[in-house]
Amino acid sequence: MMKILKALFSSDYGMLGALLFLCVFFSSITYEQQQPVGEEGANQLSEEIIEKFPVAGTVLIVGKKGVDGNAFVEGIRKRLTREGWEIKGALTGGPPEFGRALRNVFETNSSLDLVACEQFFAQLPVVENLRKLNPASSEMRVMTPKSYGWPNFLKASNLLNVANQIAVIAILAIGMTLVIITAGIDLSVGSLIAFSAVLATWTIREWTGGVDASVFGMTVGCALAMLASGGLGLFSGAMVAYFNVPPFVASLGMMMVASGLAYMLSGGLSIYQLPASFDWLGRGDDLGGIPNAVTLMAVLYIAAHLLMSRTTIGRHVYAVGGNPEAARLSGVPVKRILLWVYASSGVLAGLGGIVMASQFRSGDPKYGLMYELYVIAAVVVGGTSLSGGRGKIFGTLIGAFIIAVIQNGMNLTGVQSYTQKVVLGMVLLAAVLLDMLKKRGWKLQE
Amino acid sequence: MHALKGVDFDLNTGECVALLGENGAGKSTLIKVLGGAHEPEEGMIEVEGKERRFSGPLDSLEAGVAIIYQEFNLVPGLSAAENIFLGIEPSNYGWVRKSEQNIRAMETFQRIGAEIDPKILCDQLTIAQKQLVEIAKALVRDAKILVMDEPSAALTKKEVEQLYLLVDDLKSKGIGIVYVSHRLEEVERLADRAVVMRDGERVGELSREELSRGKIIELMVGRSMDREFPSHTRNIGKVRLRVNSLRRGKKVRGVSLEVRAGEIVALTGLVGAGRTETGRLIFGADSREGGEIELDGRKLELRNPSDAIKEGICLLTEDRKEQGLILGLSVQENFGLPNLERFSRSGWIDQKRERASFSRFVEQIRIKISGPAQLAGQLSGGNQQKVVLAKWLERNAEVLIFDEPTRGIDVGAKFEIYQWMNRLADQGKAILMISSELPEVLGMSDRILVMKEGEVRGEVENGEGITQEKLIALAIGEKERAA
Repeated sequence: MMKILKALFSSDYGMLGALLFLCVFFSSITYEQQQPVGEEGANQLSEEIIEKFPVAGTVLIVGKKGVDGNAFVEGIRKRLTREGWEIKGALTGGPPEFGRALRNVFETNSSLDLVACEQFFAQLPVVENLRKLNPASSEMRVMTPKSYGWPNFLKASNLLNVANQIAVIAILAIGMTLVIITAGIDLSVGSLIAFSAVLATWTIREWTGGVDASVFGMTVGCALAMLASGGLGLFSGAMVAYFNVPPFVASLGMMMVASGLAYMLSGGLSIYQLPASFDWLGRGDDLGGIPNAVTLMAVLYIAAHLLMSRTTIGRHVYAVGGNPEAARLSGVPVKRILLWVYASSGVLAGLGGIVMASQFRSGDPKYGLMYELYVIAAVVVGGTSLSGGRGKIFGTLIGAFIIAVIQNGMNLTGVQSYTQKVVLGMVLLAAVLLDMLKKRGWKLQE
Repeated sequence: MHALKGVDFDLNTGECVALLGENGAGKSTLIKVLGGAHEPEEGMIEVEGKERRFSGPLDSLEAGVAIIYQEFNLVPGLSAAENIFLGIEPSNYGWVRKSEQNIRAMETFQRIGAEIDPKILCDQLTIAQKQLVEIAKALVRDAKILVMDEPSAALTKKEVEQLYLLVDDLKSKGIGIVYVSHRLEEVERLADRAVVMRDGERVGELSREELSRGKIIELMVGRSMDREFPSHTRNIGKVRLRVNSLRRGKKVRGVSLEVRAGEIVALTGLVGAGRTETGRLIFGADSREGGEIELDGRKLELRNPSDAIKEGICLLTEDRKEQGLILGLSVQENFGLPNLERFSRSGWIDQKRERASFSRFVEQIRIKISGPAQLAGQLSGGNQQKVVLAKWLERNAEVLIFDEPTRGIDVGAKFEIYQWMNRLADQGKAILMISSELPEVLGMSDRILVMKEGEVRGEVENGEGITQEKLIALAIGEKERAA
């Protein structure tokens, strides 16, 4: 057992094992009976009805208010009409509407063979009461979609939700991974989210048309925000590369500057004068139901992985982090690499800010508070060494997902948000501990 | 892989046994076992007839075994006395009796003839003084066995002499000494016996009478070597590298030199004479305050190492672990670092080409590695130097500056490095060899420049009549010789 665990954690992407374990764990404790909803439920129930009733009869169709309920009711109505059923009613609503509809049917003395409804309605006392009061209803059957067992955690909608919620942190974590591989740290990324979100939305409101802004206008605002964030990153990089300011201090200063700029620009208020289409990036799902932010994250990770493993820049970044003097004496432009790395972190933080602004369709100087810490946590959990020179891009993605899965799993199982913080902190410590053990060759004592 | 395979080792009271072996022979592992840093899988350790188990440094100290590692274990911000008594401070209810501590430290220093103020902070001590503090630290803990790992490696000539006297003195006081060294002449001077290791095994023992360089080398390498330096004939051409009154601060004060095609020029002198600094200036590693560098008659503007590399100048640094290699990267990645533009197209590295080229050198230079993905930090000194050499050979450098090319390298690999230097000279390259090993200077170079206080004080053609004594006289300077 220990051997398997060691082998798992020893590989480059050691935390993948931890992520899989978490997924299995949360799947098993969120396993419950699921009701098919919407079209899926409609199809399943219709098939069953047609099978059970060789002759068409009369039916009342009931679903809950909302998108799923509408789809459910509409789906069954269409199908059964085609089969020659007489539709006595097709409605969405709550228990009162349902009760009224039932009474209506029996008060007009017509018969009703079937109630096709969602699980929720079948259990209501109104059905039992009706059977007692009205003998004509004794022949009536109530049918609901068949339930099946499936973990809440593993539902496609939940998994996409996990990915969508971590997208901003994961995008920032790419830049942070580069910075940490050079043995630095960038504390300014959280504030840069706010700065970029505010600058993009402010530009759109003030200059490129506000609510009526065109796609071009929005692009200009976003590009400007990313460039400016990159500029601020570049400035931190220059402090580190040319003046030997410790990265912690340089980026701490930039963190305050960026946050202050965001408040100044917005006057401390949200900026929401944006076109409706501004939420395309944050809320749209153009690629087979996958949120656009998740697609963007995936593309960025693949690009960053290729950059770090296949290009001269990537090799140089590792070299600078491993030993800057040896790298310099081997002809690596150390200062330029440092500048580039901090600028990239800035641009990516800017992009994260735009995704967030798009998710909320507004820009607010309070965005991204404490995000730098989650981002650093993701990088560290992903196995990148804070002493530099070592780390993998996909390791960071795994680290981000570990954090997201734990948060989501705890939400699903109703763990309090205060407790969640404690757990996340422990996970971070455990990850660092594992890393230390790995370096020492699995000895508890040196 | 076992670093040690059933090694027997014994030491008598008041005896000095030299522990010899090439890098990777298992000496360091043996020391770590004695120091309690590693636990042996099999076998046992007896001290004064009693079997002991060393599962931590404290265990071995308690048994009377003290290790003095190359990297000292001193806390820089504490005083000499505080370091000596670290963990065993004389105290009353947790309050350290400072004056007693200082007095006892003073007494210990006197015993070993050291003139060190007990109150001085350790980061203000010289390397030799730090070593003495370590020895004092061992003595106050009643060590009966002192294991010294290459104690003379970083000392000046004078300090080394004092160390020898101290070793003799400790011996006479009944302390047994295990002396690990690469320098064969000091083994001849100090050791009562020498134990030679190779590939984790003890391959032989030489008594005081049998000790000779030839015998030692033969045992260490496992074959007989008639000579330490490969023979060569030189075909020296035009001047390739010309340096004119190079200066930077107090370390380099107007150095001029020339290296011709096919020539090996040695730059020697005492530690601190400005040799390494001169090399770094030619390579553009530091910015120069004045002077000119010409390659093949063309003036060069070198602002950083990358400029120098582009012009075909390269530097093999004296400190490979800190400056030559990135220990956390693989050997292949280290090899590729200055050559990436040759292996890449618009930024994309062609890893197949890189690997192919690297494996060619692995074969040619005979680098012992488990594979191209092995981390550079896992190699022995000799193999690390070979990786460094490979990266500059691929670069096809025209001027090669070797700074202490064989420091910390075992005898076998030394010979191979020398062969490569000769081969490069034969190809018409210009080679500047910075070295403080006088036998190496005499054995390899065609011309010798001696530096002192940032200036070239003497230049001699190598040949008959040039002896180590003459070079030392030049390095020390006329004034001191007169006095």
